[in-house]
Amino acid sequence: MNILLRLFTSSLGKKFLMALTGAGLFLFVIGHLVGNLQVFLGPESINRYGHFLQTTPEILWPSRIGLLAFVIIHIWTSISLTLENRTARVTGYEVKELVAASTASRTMIWSGLIIFAFVCFHLAHYTLLVVHPEFRDLQDAHGRHDIYQMLVLGFSSYWVSGFYVLSIGLLCIHLSHGTSAMFQSLGLKNAEYACAIDRFAKVVAVLIFLGYISIPIAVLAGVVK
Amino acid sequence: MNVKLRVWRQKGPQTAGQFVGYEAKNINPNMSFLEMLDVVNEDLTKRGQEPIAFDHDCREGICGMCSCVINGEPHGPEYKVATCQTYMRSFHDGETITVEPFRAKAFPLIKDLVVDRTAFDRVIQAGGFVSVSSGSAPDGNAILVPKPDADLAMDAAACIGCGACVAACKNASAMLFVAAKVSHLNLLPQGKPEKDRRVLAMVTQMDEEGFGACTVTGSCEAVCPKGISLNFIAKMNRDYFGALFKAGPKPAAAAEA
Repeated sequence: MNILLRLFTSSLGKKFLMALTGAGLFLFVIGHLVGNLQVFLGPESINRYGHFLQTTPEILWPSRIGLLAFVIIHIWTSISLTLENRTARVTGYEVKELVAASTASRTMIWSGLIIFAFVCFHLAHYTLLVVHPEFRDLQDAHGRHDIYQMLVLGFSSYWVSGFYVLSIGLLCIHLSHGTSAMFQSLGLKNAEYACAIDRFAKVVAVLIFLGYISIPIAVLAGVVK
Repeated sequence: MNVKLRVWRQKGPQTAGQFVGYEAKNINPNMSFLEMLDVVNEDLTKRGQEPIAFDHDCREGICGMCSCVINGEPHGPEYKVATCQTYMRSFHDGETITVEPFRAKAFPLIKDLVVDRTAFDRVIQAGGFVSVSSGSAPDGNAILVPKPDADLAMDAAACIGCGACVAACKNASAMLFVAAKVSHLNLLPQGKPEKDRRVLAMVTQMDEEGFGACTVTGSCEAVCPKGISLNFIAKMNRDYFGALFKAGPKPAAAAEA
């Protein structure tokens, strides 16, 4: 049978697509973190990095289009599978015992959708600059867009920082399960390294959480100003 | 010991059901859960009432016939046992025990605690045949099977097809069952000739039966009376995508057919 049809219609195929796009988005989360942490190296470093990305459409646009496609496939498969899963049990149980199922694994769709809402706000805030149009006029000494200043001004708001920390927390929970489930769905798990993958997923999730929240906390604490 | 029961009673697939309370008195703690139900049923019969319908057969944990979700857990509170080998000593005196049927759209209810699990049979049938020589008895050493492979195939073959994995899964997914059935043949040289065809057909049938997908929560593995490992699902995924992606040139005979 047609391979694409199987990938897009079978339960295993959809899980495969979800895992593959999840892996891509996971790598983006790491790459984005590494880029952002340059804020601790001072304005010169992060502004030069931002300027490089913004003036290199050969990198910027393929990445944007790729990420958009990944996000669409990831969300479409998750919603489609969730709806199918709901119909697989019409009558529920009176007494429910949560045998072995972690909270993270049972709430993937909700953590995911809230993260998506955050990403929409985050893009409107720092990329499209519709939340604060005045961010557009921030320029550093070299005439580049002053990302450093934008970041400090943006995170000075407790609301913005609070929502950011909350969303990154959900991302951490999502990845603590998602990263290991991704290996399972791709068939890349066996008895030899299953435990190692499960631990890797949790450790990386916590590191990502600490890495990301260090930025708004540093801004609010006045370390980055 | 005495226990109170809340049992799901439903006359048939089309009628509405509800929980009915029963008291099981003077129960020997070393009775199995099914023997306790026998005692309750004997009492009901004596009083001219309809006994509770439940599935059972061998009562020694190997046939996969018994089911029931007991206090929210398929096959009850004990690890790696079926309902028939769950003993009343696992409950405390005076406890209220809720007994429900396995719930899944693919397992339609027949009566009370009895559900129709023939969806599993259709998944196995979809797997098709295994190529074996049907002439004289084959030489015992003609096909070499490494001991670890034989043991692993046996671990998968230990699945008794009870459906507890489906009952426990939040998505009513049958992945653990299908993975076990795919793996126990795919791991052995005798099952290799039809390996790709088998996994594709069984997964397709699984989807058609209306089971959900896997969220890797691990509930299935935890309630499985045979302790089938979640790693078999990863192996099934591997076999499935292997079969999808490695399709090579097709023989001319297949194109004409």
